[in-house]
Amino acid sequence: MGLKQNLHNLREKYKGTKMAPAFNALHTFLYTPNYTAQGGTHIKVADDLKRTMNTVIMALIPCLIFGMFNAGYQHYLAVGEIQAVSNGFFSSEFWNLQNFILGFWKILPLVIISYGVGLGIEFLFAVLKGHEVEEGYLVTGMLVPLIVPIDIPWWMLIVAVAFGVVIGKEVFGGTGMNILNPALTIRAFLFFAYPTWMSGDKVWVEGAVERAKEIASGSNADAISGETILGSLAQSHPIDYSVMDMFFGFIPGSVGETSTLLILLGGLFLIFTKIGSWRIMLSATLGALVMGYIFNFVVDAGWVTESSKFYGLMSTEFWHHLIIGGMAFGIVYMATDPVTGSQTNKGKWIYGFLIGFISIMIRVFNPAYPEGVMLAILLMNVFAPTIDHYVVQGNVKKRLKRGKLKTA
Amino acid sequence: MSNDIKIKKGLDIKLKGDAEKTTEKAVLSNFYVLRPDDFHAVTPRLIYKEGAKVKAGEPIFHDKTNEAVKFVSPVSGEIIEIERGAKRRIVGIKIQADKEQTYQDYGKLDVNAVDADTIKARLLASGCWTFIKQRPYDIIAKPDQSPKAIFISGYDSAPLAADLDYVLQGKESELQAAITALGKLTEGKVHVSVGANSNSPLAGLSGITLHKVSGPHPCGNVGTQINKIDPVNKGETVWTVNPQDLVIIGELLLTGRFNAERIVALVGSSVKKPRYFKTKIASEVATMVYDNGVEQNGNDRIISGNVLSGKQVGPDGYLGYYSNLISIIPEGDDYEFFGWNKPVFDKISNSRALTFSWLTPNKTYDLDTNMNGEHRNFVLTGNYEEVFPLDIYPLQILKSCLYEDLDEMEALGMYEVAPEDFALTEFICVSKQPHQQIIRAGLDLMIEEIG
Repeated sequence: MGLKQNLHNLREKYKGTKMAPAFNALHTFLYTPNYTAQGGTHIKVADDLKRTMNTVIMALIPCLIFGMFNAGYQHYLAVGEIQAVSNGFFSSEFWNLQNFILGFWKILPLVIISYGVGLGIEFLFAVLKGHEVEEGYLVTGMLVPLIVPIDIPWWMLIVAVAFGVVIGKEVFGGTGMNILNPALTIRAFLFFAYPTWMSGDKVWVEGAVERAKEIASGSNADAISGETILGSLAQSHPIDYSVMDMFFGFIPGSVGETSTLLILLGGLFLIFTKIGSWRIMLSATLGALVMGYIFNFVVDAGWVTESSKFYGLMSTEFWHHLIIGGMAFGIVYMATDPVTGSQTNKGKWIYGFLIGFISIMIRVFNPAYPEGVMLAILLMNVFAPTIDHYVVQGNVKKRLKRGKLKTA
Repeated sequence: MSNDIKIKKGLDIKLKGDAEKTTEKAVLSNFYVLRPDDFHAVTPRLIYKEGAKVKAGEPIFHDKTNEAVKFVSPVSGEIIEIERGAKRRIVGIKIQADKEQTYQDYGKLDVNAVDADTIKARLLASGCWTFIKQRPYDIIAKPDQSPKAIFISGYDSAPLAADLDYVLQGKESELQAAITALGKLTEGKVHVSVGANSNSPLAGLSGITLHKVSGPHPCGNVGTQINKIDPVNKGETVWTVNPQDLVIIGELLLTGRFNAERIVALVGSSVKKPRYFKTKIASEVATMVYDNGVEQNGNDRIISGNVLSGKQVGPDGYLGYYSNLISIIPEGDDYEFFGWNKPVFDKISNSRALTFSWLTPNKTYDLDTNMNGEHRNFVLTGNYEEVFPLDIYPLQILKSCLYEDLDEMEALGMYEVAPEDFALTEFICVSKQPHQQIIRAGLDLMIEEIG
């Protein structure tokens, strides 16, 4: 009884004060509150928003841990200390403590910054505006470290998170009211404000930037190259990763986006728990395949030749698009955001399909930044209410027609 | 075309404490309280003052805006108190019952011989009109309108609902009289729905269009049935009547007496021996809940009606005017350690987010009144649709009510809905939004602005 009763007394003490939201946020983290249903249904389902968000985080944890191993693996591989994986998904070259320790110490600060700054702002707004701290940031805070390059300077991340939370969410009224996906707003901010840290061949592997500086200042060490596959394709460089490497995720990229296998499992988990929308995931995948296939067709038909600067990405086999870059991660964890996505079931099909379709289009036609999924999702976030409007109008028209038939 | 209604979307909430099929006569209640709150959008104007003696079936107040609609006393006795709330609003009219009941005699009516106006006048005068509700707005029907159809749901799919087949047994003649009378008040049909596997006395009546319904809750909600059979369009009206109230209407027409007797189920996990009682409208619930029921001073919630749409009444409360159910479940006013992330086996959920009720679809649960979370903005999408069988977008219509856009509310189907249609979406809402209140407020706004 001790802790529970003491916390209850504290809650009563803070009730009505400015501190109440901040205290309640911590209190409800420990204990589901004693509120009873009033004035409506007398019983309520077991789920609340915390449980929902927690489920998404559970689906993200494998990607985070994989990201830690991969950070170390990419670094040690680039500096030549270890051999490339040889043994399928459970290769010992990848799953070893050395890799993990490097990745852990690089990525943990990103997670801490993301949650620290983001939740700090959430608490601040909750106290200032007198509403409860909402759970939306729990997922955003886990997504952010997974979609940035490993060597991103901390201060940039701090600035971006602050921008994303305030402009992306709080100005609209908090979780449930925002128009754009907050995690992608943060990433888009980073991308447009600090493009040199978000693209190119130096940022995806731990230490590459550092080494480049050393070389520039006269060191004779070998340069670390860590180009993403998309980057290579965009410049028609040869790819030295196998399809299985791409699928398992032993490739450079943003921290958590590389392992299509784990993302696929996470996606299936979200669909099974009924938290993620299978409609969006499926239709986005279809959209990407269709666009990829169209580009393949164009190449096969001979309309685009090797001299074209788009040739590298256009000729990429259409289904490979799903396992390179952030496509899978975006489809599973970002496109399915219920707040910024389409809200009607029919609308979800259209919304998802266009995300996949436009992602690949941007990827191919924008070689400066060949990752289209972020921009495609943000674009479709903006159009989601329009899609819903037309879907709902269908229902409205049906109702009007029914009425007219009767009176005629 | 088949008249059967099969729905797939919905959720059966299986709770502990279903009533055993035995009926006891409840202890006679000394006091009866009519609560004007039971009659939504009615402003009562009293006919009698405190201290007046009334007979059972004698009008004690009428609607301010519609004097023809009379509300009658369920028993004979003395009006001993007019309870008033803020701004002297009447919240209850308390009647002390006589030992010997006397009835206002309205005279017998041969429903087959008389015309619609006579029936209407009789129902209005005797207080039976109050049992007829209309859509749009889910309020007592306006006497000057004629409905395009009348809907009666003889199947209640709500959690722990009274078995209507059981409580209507032997009431065929009353039901038939009421149906015949109501049938004369509409140009259209009288739609009666029964469960697919039931042997309801309603099924054998003449002058009805019979529908067999099957599927999860809310297939028994009259709103679901209207939507599937003949949805309400703008400018149209339909009426709905609870089958047990048909019995009262029928008895009035056959005998001339307003007999407020009703069979009520006492259910819920807090009840020691859930069973049926024969009692009267507006009786004290204390006459039923303690004998083999709940513990004295237990921490339980007593609800007049079902656990989704009923009203909390408390042990000193009174049976609601339209209720045929008293549900009693434990209060859940306690904290739960890490309630938001630990696996849940003993509560119902329609997700599978470490909640395991999907593994045991036939298990009955002992749910309490805890919110299992806090109120939040609408966040999730697509989950309401899974339990909402009406051809309406539930999230969108709720939001249109919140921002009070009358055109949009109308376009999205507000004329078709009642708060109870949104009970299941409210139950499963992870944001713990009060859907039924939102819809009620939206309907009230429309009454005010459109009428």
